[in-house]
Amino acid sequence: MCIVSVISVISVAKNVCPNLVWSDLEAKKSMKLNFRVNGVEREIDAPPMKRLLDALREDLRLTGTKEGCGEGECGACSVIVDGEALNSCLAPVCQMQNANIITVEGLARDGKLDPLQQAFLECGAAQCGICTPGMLIAARALLDANRRPSRDEIKEAIAGNLCRCTGYVKIIDAIEQAASAA
Amino acid sequence: MSFSPSLGFAKLFLPSPSLLNFMALDSTAFSPTSLDEAYELLTRFVSQAKIIAGGTDLMVLMNARQLNAERFIDIWALNELRGISDEGETIRIGALTTYTQLIKSPLIQLHAPALAEASRTIGAIQIQNRGTIGGNIVNASPAGDSLPVLAAFDAEVEVGSVRGVRRIGFNEFYTGYRKTVMAADEIVLAVRAPKLKPGERSFFYKVGTRRAQAISKIVMAVKAKTTDGMINSINISLGSVAPTVIRAPQTESLLANATLNDEVIWQAATHLSKEVSPITDMRSTEHYRRKVARNALAKILSQMV
Ligand SMILES: Cc1cc2nc3c(=O)[nH]c(=O)nc-3n(C[C@H](O)[C@H](O)[C@H](O)COP(=O)(O)OP(=O)(O)OC[C@H]3O[C@@H](n4cnc5c(N)ncnc54)[C@H](O)[C@@H]3O)c2cc1C
Ligand code: FES
Ligand code: FES
Repeated sequence: MCIVSVISVISVAKNVCPNLVWSDLEAKKSMKLNFRVNGVEREIDAPPMKRLLDALREDLRLTGTKEGCGEGECGACSVIVDGEALNSCLAPVCQMQNANIITVEGLARDGKLDPLQQAFLECGAAQCGICTPGMLIAARALLDANRRPSRDEIKEAIAGNLCRCTGYVKIIDAIEQAASAA
Repeated sequence: MSFSPSLGFAKLFLPSPSLLNFMALDSTAFSPTSLDEAYELLTRFVSQAKIIAGGTDLMVLMNARQLNAERFIDIWALNELRGISDEGETIRIGALTTYTQLIKSPLIQLHAPALAEASRTIGAIQIQNRGTIGGNIVNASPAGDSLPVLAAFDAEVEVGSVRGVRRIGFNEFYTGYRKTVMAADEIVLAVRAPKLKPGERSFFYKVGTRRAQAISKIVMAVKAKTTDGMINSINISLGSVAPTVIRAPQTESLLANATLNDEVIWQAATHLSKEVSPITDMRSTEHYRRKVARNALAKILSQMV
């Protein structure tokens, strides 16, 4: 009785959605993913719930993206996905199919630092450096959307990025400098 | 950040983060591309599969080993669940609408401004870009910041399953601490908020440890219609002061048809501090929450005079 009803549910489902192949649905531990990272098409095989952070660091060896807290608080793991900054410790790779991802490694172009990186150097906006990749990414996402942000807008844009060294002032100065240089 | 009080402490005893995530590597996830596919998966796996939307609640729990599931149903690709639309009397907000989309939406700014205000206080930009209103609703935390607004607006939740679509009044949606009336195979499709009517205004007030990334110690939303300082109607709703988001029916009826002055405001605010039933936890004390509930209402009411 119970088996019959399960089977009937499955067969009904089959009729409704020809796209679902039920044999494919059984415990697939790994999936093929295609996305673009820093302008380059990449393909990886990864468990669908693997964190984007780990896929970047382990599968693609892009270790610029850092893990601070692993719970969405610190922003060290920030990357830009389809134009928006997100915390890669909270994003499973299965949601990255065909995404356009930018990590800190993608900021410099042709051996030339991004104006933000240059400004961070000049302003002394990095000390230990663990927060820096995330800060740069959050700032890049801001400047891409808003070329001339106010100081308050800068503060808001990096409110999800913790820095335990600089006291933030030099980071805000650097972002302001990069914006006015652009 | 998680709404579980034990997490921060528990983390100290856990192995390194990549090991933590090991369990997740054992799970499988389905990414349906249509709602029908999602319904079928839910019918087949019912409580053996966990829905994931923006992941900003769920992944925190997984990273801390407080949650694991063999199967996940990743609904992120379901564009049917996105979008904010004008339905005449109401605004329909798709479940996958992010806070960033709510903040930017002219429809929300105009017809439910308190929801845009609430969204601006949620997490920080990285969270606002990914966290969804559907996730906030189903996660059912008493501290969910969009929830008091939906309660004050008398919103309606639209849920769907293979059995069809049903609508549930937001104020009947929660049955207890982190419990909802949803069945295990249902998905939240959208939430509908009635537009503000002429003369109506909405207010939002949140107190956390800092402006960004802070879980509410107390959060309040009010929708009211006043004429010349007299209240025609008022809905008051609070989060973080009870096991679920609540309305404050006693204080509401105390204020109905009242003419606002300092004394009336103080009486109502004091009454509210007794009507709520907050607890003392890691974020705040019962005493503090009662006091701040009082002050928050007084502050909002003074803006109406
Ligand atoms: C650093 C940080 C700060 C935060 N700050 C705040 C804050 O200030 N205020 C606040 O309210 N929240 C905050 N949150 C919590 C979280 O961002 C929100 O609750 C968010 O709305 C969750 O949405 P999501 O799409 O990410 O949910 P997910 O994590 O994907 O899902 C949450 C739960 O809802 C279920 N679910 C999701 N969508 C649906 C659906 N459509 N149908 C059925 N079930 C569904 C999932 O199964 C899961 O149980 C914060 C989180 C972090 C990590
Ligand atoms: S490691 Fe992702 S936010 Fe801290
Ligand atoms: S430079 Fe050390 S945390 Fe920011």
